[in-house]
Amino acid sequence: MYVAVKGGEKAIAEAHALLAELRRGDPAVAELSLAQIQNQLSLAVDRVMNEGSLFDAELAALAIKQAQGDLIEAIFLLRAYRTTLPRHGVSTPIETSEMRVLRRISATFKDVPGGQILGPTYDYTHRLLDFSLAVDAMDAAQVDDDDWAEEPHHHDSTHSDAQSGGSEKSLPRVLALLEQEGLVEPPPTEASVSVDLTREPLDFPAARETRLQALARGDEGYLLSLAYSTQRGYGRTHPFAGEIRSGVVMVHCPVEELGYALPVGELLVTECDMINQFQGGGQVEPTFTRGYGLQVGLSERKAMSMALVDRALRADELDEERLSPAQDEEFVLAHCDNVEAWGFVSHLKLPHYVDFQSELALIRALRQAAEAPDV
Amino acid sequence: MSDTVTHYNFAYLDEQTKRMIRRGLLKAVAVPGLQIPFGGREMPLPYGWGTGGIQVTAAVIGPDDVLKVIDQGADDTTNAVSIRAFFAKTAGVSTTEVTTDATLIQTRHRIPETPLSSGQILIYQVPIPEPLRFIEPRETETRKMHALSEYGVMHVKLYEDIAQFGQIATSYAYPVMVNERYVMDPSPIPKFDNPKMHQNPALQLFGAGREKRLYAVPPYTDVISLDFEDHPFEVQSWETPCALCGSQESFLDEVVMDDAGTRLFICSDTDYCRTQQERTDA
Repeated sequence: MYVAVKGGEKAIAEAHALLAELRRGDPAVAELSLAQIQNQLSLAVDRVMNEGSLFDAELAALAIKQAQGDLIEAIFLLRAYRTTLPRHGVSTPIETSEMRVLRRISATFKDVPGGQILGPTYDYTHRLLDFSLAVDAMDAAQVDDDDWAEEPHHHDSTHSDAQSGGSEKSLPRVLALLEQEGLVEPPPTEASVSVDLTREPLDFPAARETRLQALARGDEGYLLSLAYSTQRGYGRTHPFAGEIRSGVVMVHCPVEELGYALPVGELLVTECDMINQFQGGGQVEPTFTRGYGLQVGLSERKAMSMALVDRALRADELDEERLSPAQDEEFVLAHCDNVEAWGFVSHLKLPHYVDFQSELALIRALRQAAEAPDV
Repeated sequence: MSDTVTHYNFAYLDEQTKRMIRRGLLKAVAVPGLQIPFGGREMPLPYGWGTGGIQVTAAVIGPDDVLKVIDQGADDTTNAVSIRAFFAKTAGVSTTEVTTDATLIQTRHRIPETPLSSGQILIYQVPIPEPLRFIEPRETETRKMHALSEYGVMHVKLYEDIAQFGQIATSYAYPVMVNERYVMDPSPIPKFDNPKMHQNPALQLFGAGREKRLYAVPPYTDVISLDFEDHPFEVQSWETPCALCGSQESFLDEVVMDDAGTRLFICSDTDYCRTQQERTDA
């Protein structure tokens, strides 16, 4: 009886065996390959790379497979691997205005230099289940005449393919047009060095670049809900989607011996520049403010949410009253990490016999005292 | 030990990270009870399941150490088994269940009943290192409160317990004053264990992985549980001795035996219970 209550080594081993069986599912069904996950579940791969803070589509696919599609578990797996990797250096900031654009839209101007480029988006799909996708893969080639099939895949190892669908020339940023008129605050001019949150603890108050770093790896669902709350009046910021763009940028790393930065590879990213309510008044000319979001891959929902939350968190800097959760830096940043959050919630599954015993003894004593007649 | 883990460093963490943690620990030992922020790493075990304790253990363990891991006082609870297996695998160290044989003891929620001795290190897993957190959720505020020794709110909280329930209604993670300077969270040990921290000959290290904090109580340091003159600190006691070993001095777990609600009270410290039973048998 005693051992049964306490569990043990054998139980753990059996649990792992059962898990492996469940993960594999019916052996009569073909096993998923990493290439299939990488190619056909690429948005899941993007999310795992973002929140796992590691750009490696193959490892992300492996994590998704190992986690049976549980993305938070996959993010955890990727992070635990990432933490063991050496750090070779820090790249120079990517230049998103030189992006080879796959998609680029602005909700603030009907037309912008370079044009609106819809790109691969679910936006105007009618959400009707496409039963043609349900047929076996063998027959799919004949049925599938969708544009997506022609789009070169962004997780293709050959990134040169990935740009053919995008605009070859770089497009000016929409907010730069407003900056010329001084109508919007300029972006920070200096590339300030942020702490690496995977090596140093988060400290409050946090600099904006540190906040953005935390948001970039924060949970998509959490940021989406916080962003939504600002639209419903909890820290309203009057946002406009100034520009959302996805495309390929070059990553450069400085080489000390050479004295300049060399290109080391390309990265597909999604960027969101949000235009928000103005500040100023009195002697100061009113200017629009901005919120910023950036994610690896095609991660528009997260990039937009991030931009809204970034703007809300600038309340102190912009002299706004902090009244809502999304404006509260300690609340937002201390709880945005899903690996931390799920870890602490899940630890309630661990034995708490001792603490509960203490509480039992206490509540019994309190009840006894309450029942006892006053002396 | 296993081929699958040989490409990891001894005790999993790289040496740079261990050095960073050791620096934090040295600072923690130098200022007993003060929480030291550290660059906590993402471990292959979940946050909340002992990642802080594991990182501290990984930073101080050597090949000659003998490791004991307990959870709820027991060596055979699943998480204790899992963490012990982690170090057996990644560090190849010997492990033990015998408190007196261990050089390092990683614990969750208990201090062993068997008194510790000089040279031993007790490593606590800590979920919320900030004792003031449930009174003031903001880190920026609690940091100031510690700096100014502004601990009045903690006494007010304890007083409110007395006003409402007639006694202090905190039975675990009972706040302590360390070295007459810092109010410290002893981790969620039952208050029964608090007196063991006081003037303990062993080094006590605390690791909070998710919250990225380290703190320490050096050997022979004053650790006093907060109380009032007219409501002095008291520990739990049981009406019955341990049903297995007969001890009247250990912390007992309550086990429900059947549908009728029959209860059995047994030691939570499995090693202590076994030792007591052997003594009785002999």
